[in-house]
Amino acid sequence: MLELAVLLPLGAPALPLDEAGKYVAGAYVVFVVLLVVYVAIMAAKLGRIERELREVAEIAERREENQAAPGREAEAAPHA
Amino acid sequence: MYGKGLKPLSIATVAMLALSLSLVFFYAPLDGDQGFVQKIFYIHVPLAIVALIGFVVGGIFAIAHLRTDDRKWDAYSYVAIHLSVIFGVAVLITGAIWAKASWGHWWVWDEPTLVSFLIVFLLYATYYPFRYAIEDRDRQARYASVFAITAGAFVPLNFMAVRMAESLVHPRTFATAEGGMPGEMMLTFLCMLVAIGLLWTTLVKFELTAKSASGQVKRLRRALDAPVSGGSSRIAPEVS
Repeated sequence: MLELAVLLPLGAPALPLDEAGKYVAGAYVVFVVLLVVYVAIMAAKLGRIERELREVAEIAERREENQAAPGREAEAAPHA
Repeated sequence: MYGKGLKPLSIATVAMLALSLSLVFFYAPLDGDQGFVQKIFYIHVPLAIVALIGFVVGGIFAIAHLRTDDRKWDAYSYVAIHLSVIFGVAVLITGAIWAKASWGHWWVWDEPTLVSFLIVFLLYATYYPFRYAIEDRDRQARYASVFAITAGAFVPLNFMAVRMAESLVHPRTFATAEGGMPGEMMLTFLCMLVAIGLLWTTLVKFELTAKSASGQVKRLRRALDAPVSGGSSRIAPEVS
């Protein structure tokens, strides 16, 4: 019994669990938040790339239409 | 090109992180000295090691850039340093939380581990203004590579300073003369180290893929904006 009483303080946490838990949770939450912020920034960048790609695709499609029917623009233009 | 293998790598990273976090909270024993607070060690130390290795890797990529003059290596170097700086922010914040829980202070100036990491972090914080202060893209890449090599060579000094420090308060990762960590703690730590290493690799690959896609879209737009002459396509095949 005496041995157990001597050993217990060695195995006991330095801070009580309810107090230590806040710090541990804080550290892991910081890691997750940083990760989420980074992924959110990258998602915004990917969204911008997608938008630019759509614009480029529209330009390419317009150019393709113009090449397929070169007289169309001239027909559409008002006669002087 | 960069996106190849990103999906299996991401799945492996998530699986390894889930396994490692389970080991941290359900398998690793409580530390006799610090108790539950010591769980911060499993996130703080791997982040620090991976960030420091990332800085060195950025320097190695910079050497490859200077040797080959291939802009691809400059992009690798930039992204490696960028991710390591982000990991460095996490190291400093988790370290401050651990210091507050263990020592009662957010920051301790006489602890060589903390101060030497802060010096390395601040050194790399100057990488961005240094890089973007130069307008010419070729000169920017060359000067940034020289910076990355010089700073990368400085990083191992940080490790040596930590190992030589005689403080007994800061936990040592691997075995010391006093015996080191118990097996369960070591296994958990190594799993977490692999998980964080995988996370760093995945994010580097992810960012390189995004940069490559952005570069290709810009080249495509330039090619489409240019006047068509002789019927030949001016669209470049791929961004290096």
